[in-house]
Amino acid sequence: MPTIAVDKAALFKALEREYTTKEFDELCFEFGIELDEDTSESKKPEDQAQPPQLKIEIPANRYDMLCFEGIAMNLRVFLEKQKLPSWKLSPPKFGQLETLTIKPETEQIRRYCSGVILRGIEFTQERYDSFIALQDKLHQNLARQRTLVSIGTHDLDTIKGPFTYEALPPEQIEFIPLNQTKKMNGRELMEFYEKDKHLGRYLHIIRDSPVYPVIYDANRTVLSLPPIINGDHSKITLNTKNVFIEITALDKTKVEIVNHMLVAMFGPYAESIEAINIVSDHNNESRQAPDLEPRKMQAEIDYLNQVTGLNMSPEEIARYLERMGFSVAPSSTDKSLLDVSVPINRADVLHQADIMEDFAIAYGFNKLPRVYPNKSAAVAAPLPMNKLSDIVRFEAATAGWNEVMPLILCSHDENFAWLNRKDDGKTAIKLANPKTAEYQIVRTSLLPGLLKTINSNRHHAVPIKIFEVSEVGFIDLSQERKTRNERHFAAAIMGKTSGFEQVHGLLDRVMQMLKSAFITSEEGLKNTELEGYWIEELDGRCRSGSSALSQLTGTDPTFLKGHSAAIKLNIGGKNHTIGVFGILHPSVLHKFELPYPVSTLEINLEVFL
Amino acid sequence: MAHGTRGPVPIPQETQSRNVVHEVLDLLDTKSPLTTSEDLASISQKDVKAALDRLASRSMVTYETKDSEQVLLTPEAENIVANGSHEYRVWVAVKDAGKVAIKELPNIVGADSAKVGSGNAFKNKWIKKDGDSLVPLAEEVKDTTREVLKNIQETKSLSDAKQLADLKKRKLVTVSKVISYVVSKGEKYAREIPVEVTDLTAEMLASGEWETANFKPYNFNALGAAQNAGALHPLMKVRQEFRNIFFNQGFVEMPTSHFVDSGFWNFDALFVPQQHPARDMQDTFFISDPPKADKPRPDPETEAQLDAMEAGSRRLFATDEKKETKPRDYEQYFKDIQRVHQEGAFGSIGYRYPWSEDECLRLVLRTHTTAVSTWVLHRLAEDPRPARYFSIDRVFRNETVDATHLAEFHQIEGVIADFGLTLGGLMRFLEDFFSKMGIEGLRFKPAYNPYTEPSMEIFGYHVGLGKWVEIGNSGMFRPEMLEPMGLPKDMRVYGFGLSLERPTMIKYGVSNIRELLGHKVDLDFIKNNAAVRLDKN
Repeated sequence: MPTIAVDKAALFKALEREYTTKEFDELCFEFGIELDEDTSESKKPEDQAQPPQLKIEIPANRYDMLCFEGIAMNLRVFLEKQKLPSWKLSPPKFGQLETLTIKPETEQIRRYCSGVILRGIEFTQERYDSFIALQDKLHQNLARQRTLVSIGTHDLDTIKGPFTYEALPPEQIEFIPLNQTKKMNGRELMEFYEKDKHLGRYLHIIRDSPVYPVIYDANRTVLSLPPIINGDHSKITLNTKNVFIEITALDKTKVEIVNHMLVAMFGPYAESIEAINIVSDHNNESRQAPDLEPRKMQAEIDYLNQVTGLNMSPEEIARYLERMGFSVAPSSTDKSLLDVSVPINRADVLHQADIMEDFAIAYGFNKLPRVYPNKSAAVAAPLPMNKLSDIVRFEAATAGWNEVMPLILCSHDENFAWLNRKDDGKTAIKLANPKTAEYQIVRTSLLPGLLKTINSNRHHAVPIKIFEVSEVGFIDLSQERKTRNERHFAAAIMGKTSGFEQVHGLLDRVMQMLKSAFITSEEGLKNTELEGYWIEELDGRCRSGSSALSQLTGTDPTFLKGHSAAIKLNIGGKNHTIGVFGILHPSVLHKFELPYPVSTLEINLEVFL
Repeated sequence: MAHGTRGPVPIPQETQSRNVVHEVLDLLDTKSPLTTSEDLASISQKDVKAALDRLASRSMVTYETKDSEQVLLTPEAENIVANGSHEYRVWVAVKDAGKVAIKELPNIVGADSAKVGSGNAFKNKWIKKDGDSLVPLAEEVKDTTREVLKNIQETKSLSDAKQLADLKKRKLVTVSKVISYVVSKGEKYAREIPVEVTDLTAEMLASGEWETANFKPYNFNALGAAQNAGALHPLMKVRQEFRNIFFNQGFVEMPTSHFVDSGFWNFDALFVPQQHPARDMQDTFFISDPPKADKPRPDPETEAQLDAMEAGSRRLFATDEKKETKPRDYEQYFKDIQRVHQEGAFGSIGYRYPWSEDECLRLVLRTHTTAVSTWVLHRLAEDPRPARYFSIDRVFRNETVDATHLAEFHQIEGVIADFGLTLGGLMRFLEDFFSKMGIEGLRFKPAYNPYTEPSMEIFGYHVGLGKWVEIGNSGMFRPEMLEPMGLPKDMRVYGFGLSLERPTMIKYGVSNIRELLGHKVDLDFIKNNAAVRLDKN
């Protein structure tokens, strides 16, 4: 959520009263913004050095509150100090609209452009700063770091229409960038700003394109090189009277949203708002922009009342909605409907649900009747796998083991190399954009987490006995999401001796609780009808019999040779390899920095469902 | 946590204290009660106490503790008792010699006595000055100071408070606290401590020895034997409390067994636009391998599981009325989601941006379990009926790790679908839900969330912090999310969520999330955490 800092005294003056911090906090709470900080209560020297500010968090979809003007206006309307202004276009003073022609080449890089002219604007230092800050906030939020939309503002009296929006090879574009003295071409400009803290992060948007977007006036003066920088020639100052705003974008909805926001916030400081004639025949986007007519929507009276649990007349609803900036009239055609005019600043209103929410806010969320409609009856049910897991968890804990909860993401090495396991490239789910090497893949085994947990707890008295029942993930191309989870149970013991019998004993105990009898491997292999589990030593010889986890036959290099065993299960007439236990290989201990012998057990619980 | 040492009851082992025990027993034979400060004055109070405790715990003696004050003489006062007061010594010297030069006096009685004693002897009119010599005045004198001190030496007390203060000031006496015990024979008094056994054994049961045996008493100031106990993880214990709250309210647990989801289920179907900041590389883990999800399609395995879980409910609420189920059309759903984003549909103008199928089918680590709620609600469209679902499971955010953020945490999510739900009803439900963990009087703040409208942040008053804190999020799912699923327009759905970690941290005063989840959690924290009872403090 963006945070906007506004001058406290100026805002309270605009709201026509003083508020205590608590009172203002209440007002914000009711309206749905959040007072983050009142710097008059701050002890920091940098805060005390300047006039008190209110730092206000704005919901991400309220682009019309990203500056002082918007916050003041919306709160004044909410407090019924004023009605929302109705922004109107004025005809041009000198007969003809300014024209901006969009060239087809722009399709290759940034295809939409719009604009507006604010004539006779009265800047003060505060207004000027706010104007610049709003553009910055819009660039950061709605425009997604200028990728989707970018704004350029110019002193109209320094340039001459008609204007053109073109896309040219970087070498052909030459101008003096804002606040610079040297003329440079597009290529040089990229190098010049490479290291710039502020602009450097936007260069990637166009750098590798064969053509760069550029806006010219009638004299081939460069207005701007969107979305990077304006030209120095047309820069606005405190004395600028007539502002030409151009907006380029990848998205034709957002280009007009930004146009609306700028007009809604700063139009009131101007004598007149003047449209621009956009010529863009190649993509049927020729038009006069902006269109300041409120959007017409309809809302069902019953819907507004039902969802809020209120019973208001259309007139009452209209009054509440006016406090949120809507103008509302009963529909002339259908009595059950309201005609709602959505002003240009409310780009967030998409559906009558949004109007309903604003009705509820104006009425007061916390005043709404809190009545629970007691009609839905339901029957609870746990997820079978969670029920099974709970059984195993309780049994492991009652057997004296401690439950731990390591993370699911881990490094590739922890999951493979450190366990002496090989990645076949078809098993582990890999992350595209982790911030650290700690999170490279979704674990395919619970062992790395258990061993890291023991490592963090090395200072504890041994034996350390821990377990986890949780999920691992695998690539599975047969699934819609190309992956699947598997519920595992794993345990590890570190002590002065290996603890091999301990993990074996825990396995026996859990199996017993899951009603699986111990049988010998001869019995299990001979008689598939006989249900139960048996243990097969992993000694390098290949065993016959099917195995769901084929890597578990033969030797398992995770373990000390001759000290590991596969766990086999006959259940429902099927023969499964469900897991493995053994004494960890000393090289594994070394990697996880474990000072004493460790034995582990890991089984797949899915077959017991 | 309780303090104390574990181990066997300590046995006094030094022969010294055995002797004290015997001395007490012997003495009591002839004198009961006895007073230790008098009768056992030579033995230190500590040893006396140890012996008495040992005997008292066996009912061989009873005793009462008496605190008293003792007036003790300083070495100077002891000297006075032995040799007389300073003034007395001056008077004796003067009387014996008949006449003493003032200059000579210190040589005879010492400097101290000469200085203090002559003044007092003048005041008492025992001697007088004769030129620069001293001559006796009284024939007989009474040395009161010495008598008073002698009396104190014998009785160790002085009743005249004024006099006591005077003596203290003159540094002749000190007052000290004395603990003394008045000891009497107990019901099991004997001259000897009988042989004791520390524990009941099988042999004693067999031989009948237990009937006459003397059992050594327990020391209840120490802890019992440490239990070799296993433990469940505290966070899982909190999770279980929340699950119980949901089960008590008739919620069905959702099938959350997949960490990876498609952009479709995690975002698009929830009406989260493709340019939303949540879909940034900075916030979401994307999957590089496998590369891409399939379009949404039936998942018979998970369907069957949920069918089985809901069978009981269907049986219970079955009516004679024949209900038609409306088969779901996944292709239509996919198209409608595209439409509602790109062009607008279902009464919404939509976001009106070029929607990308590739973006929609990108795989992500689910950022919320609401992705699963979406799947479950889509399933509900087949037979729209009142329903309640919940889940508590792991979610992933590409966060920079700090004290309050981990890349993984648990989301608690609840969903209630019904016809004609109101916003106030959700508030009432949440009031009841949070009251079960002792949080009363909720307030709701309007908020923004792309998939709920209205959206409400839930605030509870935190007594410890003395302020309102955000404890969860809630709202009613947007029509743009529900109607493409095929749910009827008048069916409304509450959704609410909170993290499992945050209330646990607030409740148990954990300030760093890494002390609660992950491999760095201390095993002692797991082993020693009390049972979780959210309704109790």
